[in-house]
Amino acid sequence: MNELPLLSALVAVPLIGAVVVASIKRENADAARWTALAVSGVVVVITALVAFGFDYAAGAPWLQFTESYTWIEAWDLQISWGVDGIALLMVALTAGLTPIAMLASWRDLDAVKRSVPAFFALILALEAAMLATFLASNVLLFYFFFEAMLVPMYFLIGSYGTGPKKQYAAVKFFLYSLLGGLFMLVAVIALWVNNGGVFDWQTLVEAEPMADGTLQNWLFLGFFIAFAIKAPFFPFHTWLPDAGGAAPAAVAALLVGVMDKIGTFAILRYCLPMFPDATQTFAPWIIGMSVIGVLYAAFVAIGQTDLKRLVAYTSIAHFGFIGLGIFAFTQASATGAVLYMFNHGLATGLLFIVVGFLAIRRGSAQIADYGGAAKTLPLLAGVFLFAGLASLSLPGTAPFISEFLVLFGAFTGNEPVAVLATLGIILAAAYVLWMYQRTMQGDRNPALDDVPAMRRDLTLREKVLVAPLVIAILGFGFYPQPLIDAVEPAVDNTLLFISGEPEDLPAAEGVSNE
Amino acid sequence: MNEAQGLQIDWAGLAPMIIVFAAAFGGLLVEATVPRARRLPVQVALAVAALAAAFIAVVLNSGKNAAAFAIEGTGLGSVVLDGPGLFLQGTLAILAIVAVLLLAERRTTRGGDFVAEAAVVADSAADRAQQREDGATEIFPLTLFAVGGMMMFVTAGDLLTMFVALEMLSLPLYLLCGLAKRRRLISQEAALKYFLLGAFASAFYVYGMAMLYGFAGTVDLAGINRAGVSSGQPRMFLYLGVAMIAVALLFKAAAVPFHMWTPDVYTGAPTPVTALMAACVKVAAFGGLLRVFNVGLASSAWDWHLILTIIAVATMIGGAIFAVTQRNIKRLLAYSSIANAGYLLVGVIALGDAVGQTMFYLAAYGFTVIAAFAVVSLVRDGDEEATHLARWAGLGKKSPATAVVFTVLMLALAGLPFTSGFTAKFSLFAAALQADELGLVIVGVVSSAILAFPYLKVVVLLWLNEPAPDAPTVNLPSPMAGTVVAAGVAATILLGVAPGPLLDIVDQASVFLNT
Repeated sequence: MNELPLLSALVAVPLIGAVVVASIKRENADAARWTALAVSGVVVVITALVAFGFDYAAGAPWLQFTESYTWIEAWDLQISWGVDGIALLMVALTAGLTPIAMLASWRDLDAVKRSVPAFFALILALEAAMLATFLASNVLLFYFFFEAMLVPMYFLIGSYGTGPKKQYAAVKFFLYSLLGGLFMLVAVIALWVNNGGVFDWQTLVEAEPMADGTLQNWLFLGFFIAFAIKAPFFPFHTWLPDAGGAAPAAVAALLVGVMDKIGTFAILRYCLPMFPDATQTFAPWIIGMSVIGVLYAAFVAIGQTDLKRLVAYTSIAHFGFIGLGIFAFTQASATGAVLYMFNHGLATGLLFIVVGFLAIRRGSAQIADYGGAAKTLPLLAGVFLFAGLASLSLPGTAPFISEFLVLFGAFTGNEPVAVLATLGIILAAAYVLWMYQRTMQGDRNPALDDVPAMRRDLTLREKVLVAPLVIAILGFGFYPQPLIDAVEPAVDNTLLFISGEPEDLPAAEGVSNE
Repeated sequence: MNEAQGLQIDWAGLAPMIIVFAAAFGGLLVEATVPRARRLPVQVALAVAALAAAFIAVVLNSGKNAAAFAIEGTGLGSVVLDGPGLFLQGTLAILAIVAVLLLAERRTTRGGDFVAEAAVVADSAADRAQQREDGATEIFPLTLFAVGGMMMFVTAGDLLTMFVALEMLSLPLYLLCGLAKRRRLISQEAALKYFLLGAFASAFYVYGMAMLYGFAGTVDLAGINRAGVSSGQPRMFLYLGVAMIAVALLFKAAAVPFHMWTPDVYTGAPTPVTALMAACVKVAAFGGLLRVFNVGLASSAWDWHLILTIIAVATMIGGAIFAVTQRNIKRLLAYSSIANAGYLLVGVIALGDAVGQTMFYLAAYGFTVIAAFAVVSLVRDGDEEATHLARWAGLGKKSPATAVVFTVLMLALAGLPFTSGFTAKFSLFAAALQADELGLVIVGVVSSAILAFPYLKVVVLLWLNEPAPDAPTVNLPSPMAGTVVAAGVAATILLGVAPGPLLDIVDQASVFLNT
């Protein structure tokens, strides 16, 4: 099973692809597009190989497909990869959304005089960095990619974004993330100094828990703030509406659909097993923040006038649910949170992409510029409604399963919180349906008739790229069992630390090379 | 032969300095004998060859851990060849080679950035005559004298030798600052400012040395350290001495509040000289600080720890905040160099735990900053450098290669992973945490976050803004400056991706003799 270095390939292929695409001349835009798409296709194939080779049994090793190569010996820094069920889902999401995002922005750059090869190279570099954060099993290695991915995203927003505030948004995004990352860096260094120079994740979680409670609390906060900014959790969220509003829609789909999940993924991967006591100390506060986030962001979303900002705010509300699911510490809620991360990527990714279709046709993402648009764009309106309904967790769509699991799990532990969070569902219905009504239904905005593109319904390319997302949302809505099977062992392992029985962990597979 | 009887001299150990000084004198002879038209290649070849030879001599000395002068087996303090001293000498030699190449660039503007007689009235007949000439080759011997002084500074084991070295490295630099061909007024103002303040600093140094001599009865650093525990003299002499010596050294290192000269001098001096100062003088100044505090003042750490901590905090925060508001790329880099001096001070305060990491930081920062100034010297409005940031807008469109390079350098200065900026900050802060300096590390991190903003502002300008119709041109190909940029960027990335070998070297070379 471990013959091929599949995980190394997952990081290396898009990285090399990025270099190749970047070296293509500006004039050969089509060559760059197809090369980038082919590279992301190879990533999908490798991901499929990993998914088929993965051992889903309950007692299987936590991290699988492990690889380890010494990099900087003085720091105990290895290039070491490993994948668990949670990471596998995230990798699949990344690998799946990237080619879709590429297809979605296939011709968007024709209107602006920006380099097409550079755009696709940046997307591939971003994909490589995001995959690396999910696969890294060395804390410092994780940090490297956690920071490095800011660079491609910064240029994608700042250089290829839309709207007058794109530079402001890009800089704000970069500085917020960098600040969070630097807090994490201090915590990483302090952790390293205190445990005798170990960065290897497996060694760290198997070690005795830290005796010094105060230190553990500080380290937890250092990591958590970085991840909470990345996710983003209320009240660290203010960069997301700006970034999401300014980024090209396909990039926003990657930003909110995948990159933000790194925050919640890392909380599960690093905060819970490494600082279990501190996690429990802060859990009530974080649950409180999550619930406020669910309600506050939903209210703000209702008031938005820009479609992309609206979708960004809905995401903040959804991240509240994920936070609630993780920190309620029940198997159902944590499993639900991980599924939520995956399903939210599908649903919000689709929503952002459809909004992108609209914005490129109309030349604006302002809600007021639409109205009655469904008359000339029936199919697009249908997909838009579908994506909206999925994101409000309509039963039958995948997000319903995860939202139900989160609330169900939270309810068994903390009823008032679960009841409050449930209000978020009602608000979600309000912002989604009202958004749809204002843009697609009602009296037709006469200005729309002056825009010929608004009479062009979904093209073949657009149909091809939304189809997999629609199928996945429906498929996992009716049959979520494969996802649950993949996630549950890893979630159980993680929660063992909170219940205080980490000795029941499965043994590590294939002791690393060093 | 009386006192010198039994004096043993380690000639091989002194060879690097002897080579550099000899080449400097040789350069003076070249000025006197070789025809003007052929001086430039001869001088550059001589300087580079001498520095390369000095570097090889340093490498051959590696592993030495003794005084260069000894009487009947007992080492004298004056010149000490130990791990840190040798490592810093080697670093200085390499960085100086790079800086000399930048000084030698003549393609950017006819005749180069320097004039031989800056005092000649601008645009007078005499001035036009000297502008036409491929002149001002005396900068190379001057540079060699300064670099020789720096090499001596980092190996000086007593305060007196250190003072000689300090003057040796400073005087040529004062002169070099004033030799700009363009914007002569601010260049000369910079030279005067640097000279006056530097003279003050030297005076402080001599007073401080006298105080410490009164306290310890010796100018030998190891002796001062012993006296820190055992001397019966009033401790006030120690305090005054430490304070005054520290003022002089922190002045050279550009720490707040002794930084006032830095932005003006960095801006006014010809850019290649600024690069030399930002890279090499930084190495020398911190080499001296490391040695004085580790060897001479470790035993009195309690007495200076608080005040130096305050200075480090002020330097980190002050440098970063002032950098935010800058509109001139050279001033921005000057304030960034002040903030970086703050990070390096953290390494000095952490004493023995962080010597190796501080040296690593010096090497990493030196290469990055030299390349950054080299790029600055290439971006030009006609004959003049376009140093105002607004003129850099949209450079990514007109000269993508230059913009990519400068972006990498900015990201390295901001400390992004996969660049030397990250490895250097990481190891330095880790060492400081090991020495229980958590507070300083947190301030350092906050300062880095603030400092990221001005760097990012430059990146925004390069890529996301539209260029002006009369945007500056990038002077390519410029073989010399191009080599400098390539070397600096290569080192920046190499030390970020594969820092292992250099980390091992600094680890082995991190112990001072007599600590």
